[in-house]
Amino acid sequence: MADGGRTLDTFPKFLLRNAQSFADRPAMRHKDYGIWQSWTWAELLVEIRNYSLGLQQLGLKRGDKVAVVGDNRPALYWTFCAVQALGGVPIPVYADSVADEMVYVLQHAEVRFAVAQDQEQVDKLLSIKEQLPQLEHVIYDESRGLRDYEHTNLHSIAHLQEQGAAQMPGAEKAWLAEIDKGAGGDLSVMLYTSGTTGKPKGVMLSFDNLVISSINANRFDSFDETDEIIAYLPLAWVGDHIFSYGQSMTAGYCVCCPESPETVTENRREIAPTYFFAPPRVFEGLLTDMMVRMEDAGPLKQKMFHFFLGVANRVGERILNKESGGSAMDRLLYRIGDVLVYGPLKNRLGMSRMKVGYTAGEAIGPEIFRFYRSLGLNLKQLYGQTEASVYVTAQPDGEISADTVGTPSPDVEIEIADNGEVLYRSPGVFMGYYKNEEATRDTKSEDGWVKTGDAGFIDTDGHLRIIDRAKDVGKLNNGSMFPPKYIENKLKFFPNIKEAVAIGHGRDYCAVMLNIDLSPVANWAERNNIAYGSYQELANHPKVYEMMAQHVDQVNQDLASEERVAGAQVHRFLVLHKELDADDGELTRTMKVRRSLINERYEPLIEALYDGSTEKFVETEVTFEDGRKGKISATVKIEDAKVYATEAMKEAAE
Amino acid sequence: MTAHDITLHAPDDGIAEGAELLRVDDVTLRFGGVTAIEDVSFNINKGEIRAIIGPNGAGKTSMLNVINGFYHPQEGTITFRGEKRRAMKTYEAAASGIARTFQNVALFTGMSTLDNIMSGRSLKMNKSFLAQMIYFGPARDEEIEHRRKVEEIIDFLEIAHIRRQPVGKLPYGLQKRVELGRALALEPDLLLLDEPMAGMNLEEKEDMSRFIIEVNETFGTTIALIEHDMGVVMDLADRVVVLDYGKKIADGAPAEVQANQAVIDAYLGVPH
Repeated sequence: MADGGRTLDTFPKFLLRNAQSFADRPAMRHKDYGIWQSWTWAELLVEIRNYSLGLQQLGLKRGDKVAVVGDNRPALYWTFCAVQALGGVPIPVYADSVADEMVYVLQHAEVRFAVAQDQEQVDKLLSIKEQLPQLEHVIYDESRGLRDYEHTNLHSIAHLQEQGAAQMPGAEKAWLAEIDKGAGGDLSVMLYTSGTTGKPKGVMLSFDNLVISSINANRFDSFDETDEIIAYLPLAWVGDHIFSYGQSMTAGYCVCCPESPETVTENRREIAPTYFFAPPRVFEGLLTDMMVRMEDAGPLKQKMFHFFLGVANRVGERILNKESGGSAMDRLLYRIGDVLVYGPLKNRLGMSRMKVGYTAGEAIGPEIFRFYRSLGLNLKQLYGQTEASVYVTAQPDGEISADTVGTPSPDVEIEIADNGEVLYRSPGVFMGYYKNEEATRDTKSEDGWVKTGDAGFIDTDGHLRIIDRAKDVGKLNNGSMFPPKYIENKLKFFPNIKEAVAIGHGRDYCAVMLNIDLSPVANWAERNNIAYGSYQELANHPKVYEMMAQHVDQVNQDLASEERVAGAQVHRFLVLHKELDADDGELTRTMKVRRSLINERYEPLIEALYDGSTEKFVETEVTFEDGRKGKISATVKIEDAKVYATEAMKEAAE
Repeated sequence: MTAHDITLHAPDDGIAEGAELLRVDDVTLRFGGVTAIEDVSFNINKGEIRAIIGPNGAGKTSMLNVINGFYHPQEGTITFRGEKRRAMKTYEAAASGIARTFQNVALFTGMSTLDNIMSGRSLKMNKSFLAQMIYFGPARDEEIEHRRKVEEIIDFLEIAHIRRQPVGKLPYGLQKRVELGRALALEPDLLLLDEPMAGMNLEEKEDMSRFIIEVNETFGTTIALIEHDMGVVMDLADRVVVLDYGKKIADGAPAEVQANQAVIDAYLGVPH
């Protein structure tokens, strides 16, 4: 692609194009003081250019690394482009990481500059500054509370922009020349994977990786400058970088930043994005909230709601997939339901204009997936990785199923290795891990094939199915297969269960530790007059155990019906006395379970699951958000679950 | 001015930072035979955070009620910005720049956070009731201007997510925050806080302390607060006055007061 003699191969070049081609179209919105403020592409160029010139004056040079810490705020997205225009490399960091976690990334990446959202993040950076000799300047967006700080090496973005503006128009030519020096093969961004094991690794992505992947994705779902998205996922996550930055820059669509992380749902309703991405837990959360609220609605509304959901369940997906079938009566009722129930519901969810919604990252419950699709929402699944610039496979319109992740995305090749591991090769494949040749070699072959670490297979329709992490699939002592995540996901599909950890590799049977999901369980407790004083007390309540036992029983019945995994039925379970928490390192920042660490921390409980005891006293260390540590102790009950004979065994017995 | 600048600040009353803003002289307040406050004198300087502490029943809340004109003392005088006054209506106190929050949250529970805080601006609205009802021309401009201030407060107190929720359904800690917001809507010169942290957990207390310090520093508002949490008082206050059985028993910097034997006795009790 070329534009005014410029090859469009870096994001700053796309910015220049957008400022011309879509000059008066909205590029960004941000809710501030209760009002949606917006910038057109032409205005965005000015903001970014002035910021960039300010950074240049501060000494930012080609190749410099710039950490970006904070929530989804416009100025932080500008930072990406302002830095890239000068040939620097932005490194977004998870905003909720505690100072110690941040030290490693900032040291490893050798950042010279750090851009922080607010006082909280600035304080965090200043507290670790001594361990970061390379860090020279800290730059912030929100000035609140920072007035009295020593400002020698601390600058506000607004101030840098003023300084940049003062250099205009004289500096413009040199700035454009600096942009033209950038090429597609250059390092564009470094994203540290939170990694379920070991230290985070810096994934280096080039402009080519991101630009080509973004353009392909835009074409796949036909996005253009008229689309809108709400940016609410962590900046440091590759998905947000592609959806809210890469695809916006290349397609020219508008990115909306919420007022605060707490107002995302409300802001989404106001904006009604046309493109929406969320991990399954967000869809689960929305559904749970909705169901909880419906419990409080009047009887007429409840009746109507459930009646029309039934109709949607029968014909909704067929209508969406443009398939025939379903009675004419149901089809007529569906139209009525669209006016009375589905429409208002979609409006409430902020999905009334949604063209495409994606879910990825974890398996989504089939019921949840079907629920959204039956309302007429085009929710699809994709499978991606940081190392692939997101896209590996995605479901094309009309070929949707809850248990596949789709066909290879444009330009992506897929192979299944002999051990069942999924391999891919694409233009989006990363350059390598920063300063980690060994890990790069382990993951990426000479000819560009990347190991996903996931076990899967391609079904008869050419769709990829993922079973589990390749290294996590284990064996019980009796030789039967033990896929922990498969079992955990089945458990987590119950709204009352927030997290589950299955144990069984190298043991006699499978056992699970559960986390209740506080909001539905608390609501249930309230309706059933169950009194409790704390999370711990509720989790340990006999009635809650009864409920959990039913869920486990249901999962066992499911497992028994599937021959390959029938041996992995849950024999014993317990409900944990505390929520698994990323601050304690039990979950990754993207909320995935860290097995090895959990095995270590809860060793006494795991032993108790296998030694036949019915309760166990434990003491667990917890970390508060500010880094202080404390201890909580509890007596955790352990219960047996009923195990079912498989179909094959039943037949043998007869 | 960029879009996000804060326009809220205490009115410029011509009193220099650190000079006397309010003085209480020999105030005595009786309810029938009960003497709630007896011959108390102290002052509050412009720009400081002044704490009033003391055991239960010491007369702290009565003192605040005297300052904002809710109670009228039988003896003594109050001097605000150099003007001596004795009996004053509460709305006159409010109009002169004294705002307060209450020990037991006193909000309009059926109204939203936004409307509650907006109600704090009502004293500043000049257009007639009728003009406001028609919502046209100057009345509309005025409403927009006030709304902007209210939004600044919402942003400042980080309560954007509850903007439209009826306050009666909010948790206590948030209600306290909304109440502070309503007091701030007056853009007060002197802010009286009656146990702003009562019944809060540690995190909520830390948040509230941060807000109090920021109100003081950013808006330049003088603050008088009653508080039981000594840790908070020692951290926040510039000067502390201690009451016991309606009498002043100490007055000074937090460290001095903490070491004062009379104060220790009042809190721990002495054999009689």
